[in-house]
Amino acid sequence: MTQLTCVECAGTVNVEQDVMQGEILQCPDCGVELEVINLDPLTVDLAPEVEEDWGE
Amino acid sequence: MKIGILYSRIRVEEKLLVQELEARGLDYDLIDVRQVVFDLHDPGQWPQYDVILERCISHTQALGALQVLGAWGVRCVNNAQVAQVCGSKLETSLALAGVGVPAPRVRVAVSTGAALAAVEEMGYPVVLKPAVGSWGRLLAKVNDVEAAEAILEHKETLGSYHHSLVYIQEYVDKPDRDIRSFVVGDETICAITRHSSHWITNTARGGHAENCPVTAEIDWLSRRAAQAVGGGVVAVDLLETRDGELLVNEVNYTMEFRNSIDPTGVDIPAKIVDYLVTVAGGRTQPAPLPPAAARGQR
Repeated sequence: MTQLTCVECAGTVNVEQDVMQGEILQCPDCGVELEVINLDPLTVDLAPEVEEDWGE
Repeated sequence: MKIGILYSRIRVEEKLLVQELEARGLDYDLIDVRQVVFDLHDPGQWPQYDVILERCISHTQALGALQVLGAWGVRCVNNAQVAQVCGSKLETSLALAGVGVPAPRVRVAVSTGAALAAVEEMGYPVVLKPAVGSWGRLLAKVNDVEAAEAILEHKETLGSYHHSLVYIQEYVDKPDRDIRSFVVGDETICAITRHSSHWITNTARGGHAENCPVTAEIDWLSRRAAQAVGGGVVAVDLLETRDGELLVNEVNYTMEFRNSIDPTGVDIPAKIVDYLVTVAGGRTQPAPLPPAAARGQR
């Protein structure tokens, strides 16, 4: 388990070892969705908002 | 054999698919569609892939990529035709109607006045849906003329140009559930019922999934609907009427299945990878349309 800092609220987000680039994490403090944009070093950014054409 | 997975967000489904590929020792690349630039005059490295599995979360991104790859002859699951048809409720309805798959009645209008007249003619309630959309978003059950007028005005005033096409569907007074079946190639691999006290039963909206035995009728309808949209790997949404008739509501081409593995006991990602390997080997042909006369027979 790795930890990183939420880019929105600076809260602590736990990250599983098998995390993948492109995966979405949720900050337990503020609830914002974070996208893993890099694995080395582990980096996140705010995930894109849901768009009208998203889905199945 | 080289497999590409085109994605824009790694969900549980993508992780399960990757785990399955790794367990089999298959060679694959994860390709973030947002980072891709297609040179229309040069396929570059794309022909190295024996098959591309499309798992984009955006219909527009998926369709654009699939159209380019399809033009270059790269095999894709699903292909651009399937994405085009399933991504549009209008095209899906036309495809289903074209082969006689039972589905809710639909009217389409391109102006507010015509849409209101259509709603009045169909009788209340009706369901207004965006022609492109998923996860049960922006669905409106319209119970009376005041609601119809308000929603159509909102669509006209606030909506993007896509909302100028008004898709009006008969409201099906179903039990507090609908059925989702999963078709891979020419096989209905499993099905679930999605329960919700809300009339929108999508699991993305909190609907609860349980196993649904694949009856002969579900199998027939699912495979026929799948083939109507072009086949491949799709999820078919079925509605039950109060008198027991099954209607095909929608067909999804980038299906989510995380909530359906445990209830059904079917290893859905393994089935998808089986199919990918078959397609990569060039061993698939479009499955024949289940004959109309065979309804109810397995």
